[in-house]
This record gives sequence, C-alpha cells and structure tokens, in this order.
Amino acid sequence: MSGTLTTTQMIFGRLTWDAFPWHEPIVVATFVAVVLGGAAMVAALTYFKLWGYLWKEWFTSVDHKKIGIMYMVLGLIMFLRGFADAIMMRLQQALAFNGSEGYLNAHHYDQVFTAHGVIMIFFVAMPFITGLMNYIVPLQIGARDVSFPFLNNFSFWMTTGGAVLVMISLFLGEFAQTGWLAYPPLSGLAYSPATGVDYYIWALQVAGVGTTLSGINLIATIVKMRAPGMSLMKMPVFTWTSLCANILIVASFPILTATLVLLSLDRYAGTAFFTNDFGGNPMMYVNLIWIWGHPEVYILILPLFGVFSEVVSTFSGKRLFGYTSMVYATCCIMVLSYLVWLHHFFTMGSGASVNSFFGITTMIISIPTGAKLFNWLFTMYRGKIRFELPMMWAVAFMLTFTIGGMTGVMLAVPPADFVLHNSLFLIAHFHNVIIGGVLFGIFAAINYWWPKAFGFRLNQFWGKVSFWCWQVGFWLAFTPLYILGFMGVTRRMRVFDDPSLHIWFIIAAVGAAIIAAGIGAMLVQFAVSIWKRDELKVEGDPWDGRTLEWATSSPPPEYNFAFTPVVYDTDTWADMKRNNYQRPLSGYQAIHMPSSTGAGVILAALATLCGFSLIWYIWWLAGLSFVGMIAVAIGHTFNYKRDFYIPADVVTRTEEERTRILAAGV
Amino acid sequence: MSDAVHSHGHHDDHHDDHSHGSFGSYMIGFGLSVILTAIPFWLVMTGVLNDPQLTGVVIMGFAAVQMVVHMIYFLHMNTRLEGGWSFMALMLTIVLVVIVLSGSLWVMYHLNNNMMPHADMSAMQQMSEMP
Repeated sequence: MSGTLTTTQMIFGRLTWDAFPWHEPIVVATFVAVVLGGAAMVAALTYFKLWGYLWKEWFTSVDHKKIGIMYMVLGLIMFLRGFADAIMMRLQQALAFNGSEGYLNAHHYDQVFTAHGVIMIFFVAMPFITGLMNYIVPLQIGARDVSFPFLNNFSFWMTTGGAVLVMISLFLGEFAQTGWLAYPPLSGLAYSPATGVDYYIWALQVAGVGTTLSGINLIATIVKMRAPGMSLMKMPVFTWTSLCANILIVASFPILTATLVLLSLDRYAGTAFFTNDFGGNPMMYVNLIWIWGHPEVYILILPLFGVFSEVVSTFSGKRLFGYTSMVYATCCIMVLSYLVWLHHFFTMGSGASVNSFFGITTMIISIPTGAKLFNWLFTMYRGKIRFELPMMWAVAFMLTFTIGGMTGVMLAVPPADFVLHNSLFLIAHFHNVIIGGVLFGIFAAINYWWPKAFGFRLNQFWGKVSFWCWQVGFWLAFTPLYILGFMGVTRRMRVFDDPSLHIWFIIAAVGAAIIAAGIGAMLVQFAVSIWKRDELKVEGDPWDGRTLEWATSSPPPEYNFAFTPVVYDTDTWADMKRNNYQRPLSGYQAIHMPSSTGAGVILAALATLCGFSLIWYIWWLAGLSFVGMIAVAIGHTFNYKRDFYIPADVVTRTEEERTRILAAGV
Repeated sequence: MSDAVHSHGHHDDHHDDHSHGSFGSYMIGFGLSVILTAIPFWLVMTGVLNDPQLTGVVIMGFAAVQMVVHMIYFLHMNTRLEGGWSFMALMLTIVLVVIVLSGSLWVMYHLNNNMMPHADMSAMQQMSEMP
C-alpha cells in the first residue's frame, strides 16, 4: 500500500507464490489429497454428464426442498472439515507433554482452533438449522414454497461463498489466529498483519448476507403463508421455534455486520475504533460482538427445541404436553437472550452491579428452558414410546443438555465465573450444550425427516452404532475437560508442562476417536440406506406423524400440496387422521410455481470474488466484481420469466400415481 | 400463459391495506422535517444554549422526533398496517435497540470507571505529588 507499486502488486495485490504454505508438510499433504479428490470428482461428474443435471435441477433451483437439502449437504461437508480440526487439536494436546512440542507449530495450531470454532458455528450449525427450517417450515404450514424463492437460492449461495472463502484460506495465505470471535487488539492490523483476519471478516460478511436474508424470508413465510385456519397458536412447535430463531437472526446479525465493518475500517482505512491508541476501545468490540453472539446461541438451539418437541410428541403418540407454555417459553427465551450478553465477559471489569444484573438474567433463562424440559418429560409420561432413532437422540439430548445447562448456570454466577472463565471448564460446558443440544437435535431431525425428504428410512443398525459411539465418545472427550477446567487449565493451550495432566488429555483424545467412529458410522448409515433404499421404502407417513408435512407424499411433489390444506387443530395431520380424512382424488388445477434462475449463483460467486480480492488487496478486481454484482442484480430485475404453471394434467398424473401406491398398501 | 390458468394465480402483489399518503400529508411531513432539522442547526450555529452537552442532548431529542415524523408521514406506519405485524415488528425493534444502546452505555460506563486509569488514579497521583 506504499507509494510505489510494482505491476505485479497492482495486478495481484499481496498475493504471491509465498502465500501457499510450502513449508507446512501437513497442509501440503492435505492440499494434494484435496486436489486429487477434487479432480476425481470433477472427472466423475463430467464422465456421468451430471453437470447439466446439477445446474438445472439443483444449483439454480428455487424449490425450498432442494435448497434445504443443499444446506444440509453444505453443513455435512463443513462438519467433516471442522471435525478434522477438532481431532488435530485433541492429538496435539495429547502429544505435547514431557518436553514434546507436539506436531503442530503455534502458527498452525492457532489457526486450527480459530477455524474449528468459526466453521462449527457459522458453516455447520447455521447451514444445518437453516436447511431444516427451509425444508420443513413451508411443509408444516401447508405452503408451496417460501415467500421469496429466488432470495432463498441467493441466501444459500452466499452462505456457501463464505464457506468457500474459509476453505481457500487453508491453502492460500492463512486463517485468523485470534480465536473464533477475533477480539481486537489482537485482530487489529498491528498484531495480525497477514490475511488471516481478513479471511475471517469477509467469510462472515458474505455468509452473513445469506443468513440475514434467509431470516427475513422465513419470517415472511411463516407470517404470511400459513394454510387457512392455522392461527399462530395452531402452528406446529417447530414452526414457532423457527419463527423466534429467525426474528433473532434478523435482529442480531446486523450488529455482527456493523461490528465487523468497524473492525475492517480499522484494518483497511486506518480508523481507530478498537485500537489501543488514538482513543480506540477494544472492550467496545467485545461488548458489541456478544450482543450478537448471545442471541446467536439461541438462534442455534431454538429450532432444535422445536425438533425435539415434534419428535417426542410423535414417538410418544401423544399431543405435546403444554403446547401454550412451550410457545411462551420460546418467546421468553427469545427476549431474554438479549439481556445476558455480558456473562461472556464478567471478568472484563464491569463491577459488581453490572455483573450481578447479567448474572441474574442469565439464571432466569434457565426457567423457561426448564419448563420445556418438563413439558417433554410429561409428554413422554404415559405415552406409548417407540424408541426409534430420532427418539433415542431426543432422550440423549435431555440427559446431556440438562448437565450442560447446569454447568452453564454455574458459570452464570459471577464469582464462580472468575475462577472458571477462559478455562477448559467453559469449553466443556459449551460443547456439552452445543453437541448435546444442537448436534443431537440435528441428528434427531435427520433421522426423523430423512424419509420425508427421500422416501426411504435410514438404516437402523448403523444409526444405533453411530448413536452409541457419540454418547460414549462425547462423555469420554468432555468430562476430562471439566476436570481439567477445575484444575485451572486454560483453553487454547498448545504445550503443557505438568505431566499429571497428561492422562486426562489422553482420555479426551480417545473420546474424540470414538466420536470419529460415530461420524464414520453415520456416513456408513447414509451409504447403506441409499444402497438398500428399496427395502427401506416408506409411504408418506412412516412414523404416524402429527403435523402437516406428513400429509403429503414422501418425497413431496414439487408443489408440496395439490390442494391447500385447511387447519382446525394443532397437530393438524393427527386431527385429520382421527376424523377419517379422505384425500381428494379429482378436480386438480394448474399450480403456479416460481422458475429456477442462475442469478443467485452468479451474484454469490461475484460476492465471493469481491471478498477474495479485498483480502488480498487486489483493488481493481474488488471494484470490478462489486460493479458486476450490482449489474447482475439490476439485470435480474428485468428477468420476467419468473413463474410458470404446472399443468393440471401433470398434477393429476402425479396424484394418481400416489393414489395407486396408497391403494397398494405399502 | 392463458387466462384460464391466470385466474387463480396470485398476482395480487398490490395489497391495498396501506395508505400511500396524500400531497398534503407529504407536505406536512416535509415541513416538520425541515423545522426539526433547522432548529438543531440553529442551536449549533449560534450556540444559544451555551452548553455543548445540553445542546447534544437536545439535538438527540430532535433526531428521535424526526424519526417518528418520517415513520408516520413517509413510511405510513400505523398500528393497523399488515394486520398489526408492522407495528409489532417496530415495537420489538425499539425494545431491542433500547436494550442494546442503554445496555452498552451502562456496561461501557462501568468498564471505563473501573478499568481506565483516569479520575481516581490522577487524583491519587496528585495526592502523592503533594508535599
């Protein structure tokens, strides 16, 4: 950025051959594996002529179901990356004792723990829950798609763009070494001059656009597109929790965006918002980022509370106990989640009055959460419980999450927090709630709704193997961290001096290996189920479901419902079955649907390119891609081929096919 | 697409439950905005209040009123819009903005008081420098 720029610097910014980490054998080996794997996949897709199919049927699709599945695939891929980081950390910490430095140098290790956190929250948990909401919410409210189908496709690709930037950082330049929230002054230009924090900023900004827009989209869908008769208090609980989670997204993500904009101004324009000098205040960053960060935690968990409500009620064969209290508890949590952010920095020095206020609000949150737990237990009470895989995950969640919640209440006590903050106790606590709550919920949801999405069940044996590996592995991996936390071991350590701690890290590493086996078993479960899909085939309603998504075929037709259902009760589908609902067999009409468009892919690709060039100071390309983005966006407004009609005879044929299958009594 | 299929398409993207304002209401809004902008300018340019802090507070007050004027006359906000949803969203926004702003001010004020080496420290320093 000095006065004399060479031509290469003009063209490539600070991108040079040295950006590739030649000196890191681990990264080079990974790179070779990725290139070979990528080349094999591209070759396979070309050989089987799948590019056209993928582009037409998936990438450009505005169908909420396909976008939902793509979100889940993105989440799964990034989950494997994030878990690889986790295994690397566990191995490093198990090795770096008795004078050994382990196998990761500090520069690499710091990137690994940062990437693990960023990926798991932004590119695993968020795509998973957005995918679930995308797929299920419109079906549960009897709608044919979301309110803004094109925006939905665009949101997905923006999220993917952010993920792509994080993945590029693995091989080109470096990722942030700041921890997952990039606190200044460490994340400022003075202490992090390389590309790491810039990758962080632009990955989150690009993905953040997608998240915010999909939040707006789903709120509009839930508010405006419910089937006739479905008043708010007749909505399925999953839809309710999705509504609250999306309100939180829309209300909190702008704060993240603004905070990161201020940080980027510090880094790019020489301002001093969060610097140590010139009147900047790094503590303001910590304050702002947690005003977003705490609601984010509830964005992640609320939809899964909805999943557990659906699963527990379905597999207990009962209406959910305390539906109304469940709804109010969700709304309470939504508002309270804005009143607790300071508990993430009790020790920063706000003093007794501020700390006690936020400590008490934090403890209050456990009341509505506890109410939910009792509702689930009372739903099970005297129910005919079927321990299918989703129900197993739900019960495991109740046990695990309760313990995680209680350690959370411990941390909410400021004096206790002064002892435990920044220690492995904290790490164990939030993995206990995020794995035990969010991840178990996602697994419950995948096992529960897979038949809905694909028309066949998941293999039970491998599902159970995965389930038990996760349970055993989880406790082996994280109980030692609680113990180590009590002994005062801080987080993000690379090397240890005290040999008496060694055994706990070895146990934790064994736990992580068992979790790895659980993930492997899950992948085998998917593969075996797809292999034997004919044996596992199901009709529309394999679980004796209670909500509207089970009223249509599995997988649902493109238009979801041939006739918009009319709702008289919560648990609409159970109500319809009780009243001997007869599927209408004639009188089908043409159905108005939105058309696919490639604009979302192109816009997101340009946004990603813009982010990439800003990271590497390639100013001309940043300007060009930004102008290109605006041009494509304006160009898209002149695209009038936005909708089409599925002709009545196509609908008739699809529905008659279903009638035949139903009559055959599968 | 034929008319037959068009008849049941939902092309009614123009829901008429919001008013679009009249010439008169726009002019009232414009007039109020000009007045509410002119007064703060006048306060700053002439310095009549003779107290920068008080001036700042007064300007903030005018800004808040200005926002309400814009919402009523230009965004046509009222309690019935979109079946009350817009108003509810507005209320939630206000609640959250108040929480975020007042909470941040409170938190940062305490942090400043406790963590910054100013008032107390300089007083102590003065004391130690005293003979």
